[in-house]
Amino acid sequence: MSKRMLMKGNIALAEGAVIAGCRYYFGYPITPQNEIPEYMASRLPEAGGVFVQAESEVASVNMVLGAASAGARAMTTTSSPGFSLMQEGVSYLAACHLPCLMANVQRGGPGLGNIAASQADYFQAVKGGGHGDYHLIVLAPNSPQEMMDFAILGYELADTYRIPSLILSDGVIGLMMESVTVRDDYVPKPPAKPWALTGCKGREKNVIRSLWLDEDGVIINNNKLQAKYREIEKNEIRYEEYMTEDADVIAVAYGMPSRIARTVVESMRVEGLKVGVFRPITLYPFPYQRLADLASRVKSMLVVEMSAGQMVEDVRLAVNGKAPVELYGTPGGAFPEEAEVYRRLKSLLK
Amino acid sequence: MEQTIIYERPSSMVDLRLNYCPGCGHGTAHRLICEAVDELDVRERTIAVAPVGCAVNAYDYFDFDVCEAAHGRAAAVATGIKRVLPDRLVISYQGDGDLASIGMAETIHAANRGENITVIFINNANYGMTGGQMAPTSLVGQITTTTPGGRNPSTEGYPIKMAELIATFPGVKYAVRTTVADVRGVRETKKAIRKAFELQLDGKGYSFVEILSNCNTNWKMTPVESNKYITNELVNFFPIGVYKDDYKE
Repeated sequence: MSKRMLMKGNIALAEGAVIAGCRYYFGYPITPQNEIPEYMASRLPEAGGVFVQAESEVASVNMVLGAASAGARAMTTTSSPGFSLMQEGVSYLAACHLPCLMANVQRGGPGLGNIAASQADYFQAVKGGGHGDYHLIVLAPNSPQEMMDFAILGYELADTYRIPSLILSDGVIGLMMESVTVRDDYVPKPPAKPWALTGCKGREKNVIRSLWLDEDGVIINNNKLQAKYREIEKNEIRYEEYMTEDADVIAVAYGMPSRIARTVVESMRVEGLKVGVFRPITLYPFPYQRLADLASRVKSMLVVEMSAGQMVEDVRLAVNGKAPVELYGTPGGAFPEEAEVYRRLKSLLK
Repeated sequence: MEQTIIYERPSSMVDLRLNYCPGCGHGTAHRLICEAVDELDVRERTIAVAPVGCAVNAYDYFDFDVCEAAHGRAAAVATGIKRVLPDRLVISYQGDGDLASIGMAETIHAANRGENITVIFINNANYGMTGGQMAPTSLVGQITTTTPGGRNPSTEGYPIKMAELIATFPGVKYAVRTTVADVRGVRETKKAIRKAFELQLDGKGYSFVEILSNCNTNWKMTPVESNKYITNELVNFFPIGVYKDDYKE
């Protein structure tokens, strides 16, 4: 039986990972996600797992690489400056086709920034961050419930495609408390991992690598990666729509701003104003086609995000000139204001 | 007359021509590791971590499971593997730039945690693969491509003595320095590697084998001269010996 509990987003994420079968957590403290390592430090030993506080984010992501190579469901979590430090390992994880779960509970940047919620790591999450041509599956929760659910989904997708999954959250979703249906009746079913490094008993040796010094090796591996990404783009696009059927103006937002946008749209609908919300749930793969379809029948779109404007570029790419796309972006850990979302949506309706 | 085989390729070493420069010590070190793996009969439960640098192709030569690591991160990768599979033999094979420069934090903290792994450290006092630049282990006065006037301690600091440093951590159970420059050194190295593996397989804790090796190409010496340089010069700053052994026979 599933039970309902009041849970902080960060705890919901951590417990979701444990429910998904994660038994290996490697991390380094940074605000605003410290509840995750703190929770794992007591929860994992109790569940028969291992918690290691690494010496750095660089070490933690590489410990995840080792544990994932050995076939385990492993995890690390961090916040923005920490995720920057992990980028080397993220590129290697992607190149080596290693499934794992990571989370970035974003804070204000660039630099040390602040500890307020932000969405300014969108480019880093979906456009690379590390070197080379690669993608991660990027899931954007907007509630503690989704922090839990996406930890489970993240592992399922990671194992299905042998790809690292990233939960791109923010400091508010991480720290807010809400009622969560704990999926403790979930039974993890990780697939067999014949490629894993377990010792070569009864088989040829396995090698996990990203280096080929011959002419074709890296090209072959890149072609494999790209074929996998096309498959993911075909199968795994997720989004949520609210009142978009007849909307003249659509707010596009993910994570915390999507809740603000929805609150504003609910009140505008009471006034009889035709507005809606489109929320990308997977930031990679991005719902380009659905946004393009919507763009062909709306007056305009308003992107609300906690950055100086990052996801707006993907929305404009999707819309491709079919409708005007305006940005309401709040950089540096600043929060979008309901009144301003209202004002902008209303002006776009004219 | 009946013939007896007294010497052959270790079965855990792939029958391939090594890509190392003729005379380089990596091939000897690889062989000694594989001999020890064979003797302990653990090929099927051995997992190595290959370095960045000349030995990056180690996964082609070892006939057991191997993981690649980014430059310097081998000890962290080995930690992840070992925590998941504590009954496997986990070997981290690293060079001096990898272990003592970019990976110093990972190196020291894995040792300090007392991870039950074995680190094989090939010290040839320069960056071999990238063309002979200064390493943290280059000797004072050593001419490299980035110290054309010789390493000057007032600007480049002093060479770092890793075996001595590693031996200071309570979690470390065995730390030695050997060479592969002569027959005696090769025999001592083999003994050290085997002992390190045995300690790990018995769950005793972290073991560290530093091997002074040559880089005749970048040192611009013949193989023979480079081995003489190790036994006559390098050992004066990096003395061979056992720096820690919590399980002396």
